[in-house]
Amino acid sequence: MVDPAPREVSTSSTDGSGPTSGSEESSRTVVDASELARSLSRIAHEILEANRGASDLVLLGIPTRGVHLARRLARLIEGIEGSPVRVGDLDITMYRDDLRSNPTRNPARTSIPGRIDDAVVVLVDDVLYSGRTIGAAIDALRDLGRPRAVRLAVLVDRGHRELPVAADHVGRTIQTAADERVQVLLTEKDGHDAVTISRGGNR
Amino acid sequence: MRHLLSCADLDLATATGILDLAEEMQQVQSRPVKKLPALRGRTIVNIFFEDSTRTRTSFEIAGKWLSADTINVSAKGSSVSKGESLRDTMLTLDAMGVDCFVIRHSSSGAAAQVASWVRAQVVNAGDGQHEHPTQALLDAYAMRQHFRTVGAEGFAGKKIAIVGDLLHSRVVRSNVLLQHTLGGEVVLVAPPTLLPTGVENWGCQISDDLDPVLGEADIVMMLRVQRERMAGGFFPTEREYTARFGLTEERLAAMKPDAAICHPGPMNRGVEISSAAADAANSLVLDQVAAGVAIRMSVLYHLLGSDEGAVH
Repeated sequence: MVDPAPREVSTSSTDGSGPTSGSEESSRTVVDASELARSLSRIAHEILEANRGASDLVLLGIPTRGVHLARRLARLIEGIEGSPVRVGDLDITMYRDDLRSNPTRNPARTSIPGRIDDAVVVLVDDVLYSGRTIGAAIDALRDLGRPRAVRLAVLVDRGHRELPVAADHVGRTIQTAADERVQVLLTEKDGHDAVTISRGGNR
Repeated sequence: MRHLLSCADLDLATATGILDLAEEMQQVQSRPVKKLPALRGRTIVNIFFEDSTRTRTSFEIAGKWLSADTINVSAKGSSVSKGESLRDTMLTLDAMGVDCFVIRHSSSGAAAQVASWVRAQVVNAGDGQHEHPTQALLDAYAMRQHFRTVGAEGFAGKKIAIVGDLLHSRVVRSNVLLQHTLGGEVVLVAPPTLLPTGVENWGCQISDDLDPVLGEADIVMMLRVQRERMAGGFFPTEREYTARFGLTEERLAAMKPDAAICHPGPMNRGVEISSAAADAANSLVLDQVAAGVAIRMSVLYHLLGSDEGAVH
């Protein structure tokens, strides 16, 4: 589907509820730390509800920030269920459809916690945008085994899909223009938790 | 990266990147589907003008596991035996749309020469007595794994003794260059007749006495006595060579604790290395072989994974 909105709109009206801080040049916070924590907690509950518990569940984070989010979700699920849940990392660099047209990038770690055959795999990523990363992740999973089901959890869905991909669990849907950059910041990597939007610099 | 012709082409970031990725690639061997799609649609020709089993096979497997189409050409039975020049052979293959040549040749500098002629990217899989960069990389990979098991990270402050027939070895030069980049300290040990010319300019300590070096080396790399390249006269007898430069059972016991043994193979048991040393618990010989495919996957990915190294 073609994005009906002209690109200029959506800067101010995308997310009415979040506190906006325009302190850094054209970068504003749309989700703060406490909202981010609430979103993750809700996703953890949703995953458990959809799966009717934590059995056979495997969370796979997509580097870089998906890995941290998957770890946090695993801790939250453990807190709710009281039993550990399997969590790992799935790097998709080698499966990207734009691998050749970009400079060489060194793939990050892939570590799969045991076999994923007949498990319910939840892919975890920070931002869902074109859907190409998830397409590549599904290709990568096919080489690793045959899960009973694959689900997708993302912290932010910003639209502009280029493949027929939809998330099962979404922290926050944010309408964006294509030339805006949505960035998820996490304490583990960036020192604090937030989601920001800035102009320019295509993501 | 356009070509891999010499370890001098590798800066620290690239060399470390290749070693890191090889660790990931090693995992592919234990996956249900031993294949990654990264080099789909690329054509790699392994052209070997000299015999080789392990290098050629591991390059072929590496290419296939990355989904490239790999083709082996051996000089025997090719147009080379009909008198075609190296240049014409390579230009002919290049014109077929090959993306990468993996080349081994008995002449030093052959790979670099080929790289100057063809449009394809070139990996040097051994050129005469000059270089063999992927061997040095897999040596470094096995050493790094070993250092980790004894609780050390990286090559800084590590002493690597390379012992034996340095004159006919292409592994030694690549190892010296790579260790210079990675930060290891190389000590060369050989009889004066088996030292390459110009070795004094390599920036390494040189010795003709193995025993004092043995007590302080973290890695002892034994090189094969390449009898097929020797017209004789390099040392009096094999027994005398073994007595002075062989890694005998007594010398094995004199090694520093936590030190490990490397050998690029094929080994002459009883000549440069005793069976006790070759099969010792601290021998990395089989680790080196096991690293071969992973290192070559990593190298091929670094060369061909992105279009930036290709000519359009």
